[in-house]
Amino acid sequence: MSTETTTLTKQDALFEYLVRLADDRLILGHRLSEWCGHGPILEEDIALANISLDYIGHAASLYEYAVEVEDKGRHRDNLVYFRNDVEYKNLKITELPKGDFGFTIARQFLFAGFSYFLYKQLSDVEDEQFAGMAQKHLKEVKYHLRHSREWVLRLGDGTDESHERIQNSFNDIWTYVGELFHQDEIEELLQGEKLAADSENFKSDWKELVVDTLEEATLEVPDFDQFMVEGSRDGLHTEHLGHLLAEMQHLRRSYPDADWE
Amino acid sequence: MDEESKKEKFQERIDNGETIEPKDWMPERYRKQLIRMMSQHAHSEVVGMLPEGNWITRAPSLRRKMILLSKVQDEAGHGLYLYSATETLGASRQEVIDQLLEGKAKYSSIFNYPTLSWADVAVIGWLVDGAAIINQTMLARSSYGPYSRAMVRICKEESFHKKQGYEMVATMADGTPEQQEMIQDAVDRWWWPTLMMFGPHDDDSPNSAELIKWGVKSKTNDELRQSFVDRHVSEAHEVGLEIPDEDLEYNEETGHWEFGEIDWDEFWNVVKGNGPMNKERMKSRREAHENGKWVREAAEEYARKKRLAKEKAS
Repeated sequence: MSTETTTLTKQDALFEYLVRLADDRLILGHRLSEWCGHGPILEEDIALANISLDYIGHAASLYEYAVEVEDKGRHRDNLVYFRNDVEYKNLKITELPKGDFGFTIARQFLFAGFSYFLYKQLSDVEDEQFAGMAQKHLKEVKYHLRHSREWVLRLGDGTDESHERIQNSFNDIWTYVGELFHQDEIEELLQGEKLAADSENFKSDWKELVVDTLEEATLEVPDFDQFMVEGSRDGLHTEHLGHLLAEMQHLRRSYPDADWE
Repeated sequence: MDEESKKEKFQERIDNGETIEPKDWMPERYRKQLIRMMSQHAHSEVVGMLPEGNWITRAPSLRRKMILLSKVQDEAGHGLYLYSATETLGASRQEVIDQLLEGKAKYSSIFNYPTLSWADVAVIGWLVDGAAIINQTMLARSSYGPYSRAMVRICKEESFHKKQGYEMVATMADGTPEQQEMIQDAVDRWWWPTLMMFGPHDDDSPNSAELIKWGVKSKTNDELRQSFVDRHVSEAHEVGLEIPDEDLEYNEETGHWEFGEIDWDEFWNVVKGNGPMNKERMKSRREAHENGKWVREAAEEYARKKRLAKEKAS
């Protein structure tokens, strides 16, 4: 769907908004699932698989509602398996390779912190089904934030090596955090209908959470005003997404007529 | 009481069906055998995450992806209970994991076979978890309390794993010609290795008699294998799949399915480390352990700093 169109309807906007939220969670859930069986301790294999499962579950509910809003009789899996890179609208921060455990934790913390404030607002949208979903998922998002925050503290204030590693991860990922707060006409239209969050309202809360946590972890906070990448919501991705989708979609696309449910 | 009388008393308790708890007296060999069995069992859960984990990112529907992820997560959880249960015998988790990483401890050989198609995920759920349930249902009555309780808990989740596996097998067997071919191929590759999961014939199984005497096991390897075959042959036939065994025949008199001879050369070869994936599996485990070293050290150091700060404050 082109976001340039002047005839953007509430239905189109809500569909697009739900798909954006779902794409973020599906792609990040995919990256976390790559840890399964390879974590630093068994407890973290369990925790990361659990969080990955939450994200993919949240994505499934969001896609499910998106196809209902779209009302074209599409199955949610159609959105997952039969869209190409440029049709995916997830933020680039979610598609970056999992990196080492420190990188995974830095990304988790930044994203979970953002999701926490986002879901608090979504819990109050004037759409019973959407709000109910957000309220239910918020409980899990709180756990994701607690889990990643605790690890930021451990790694930041642990050994010299862990401090250096997680500091480098925050430095490397920083250019991708600006996009978390990207908003365009989709959000604007829906905000007027009380159907979307307004991230401007919690930007300072999120920054405070990040600054407080990094300082407690004895880490330096990178510059919020540095150059930030853009374009994800228009389908502009890194090269990593294509490989991720090739892997995720190949079996389903190889046998398009087969039923796997 | 001297050692012999203690042993007699211990055997009496077993024969009366009593449960042995961590603080109770037990023969040193009973403790050692249980540490061996339970740690092998824990390692199997952890190594067992790898073959199925291989397909999480490629699962063909969101529903299947979530089920698989949750199954592999359960396996990590089972590994954790079992390591904790083993610790009640005085063997620390670190110690038994080191034995695995140094190649001194075994895990179930079934996980040394590769998962080549999505159908393998279905067949592992159905056959491998099906075999595990038969073994674990027996172990849930084992004489050692912590092991028996861990098994009761694990069995509940395993039955769900088997159910989802069989459901997927049935869907594929009823699917397109390509799906049918894929699922039959997976059954052909996994059937015999699954029969090997029950271990050598009773005559070649030196530990069996002792474990039965101590109430750790209540059935022999061959008895367990037979109940597996009886159950799974009919399940295969129900969904129109063939069992790759020309000698398979139903015996009306005994009510059992008779089956062909297992390739024991293959069995011992895989046990000795020459299976298709032995080296890969161990490499993955060692890499995860090595790559996680700095994380574990950081967590320890952080905990130490926190403890110090707390001591200072008080």
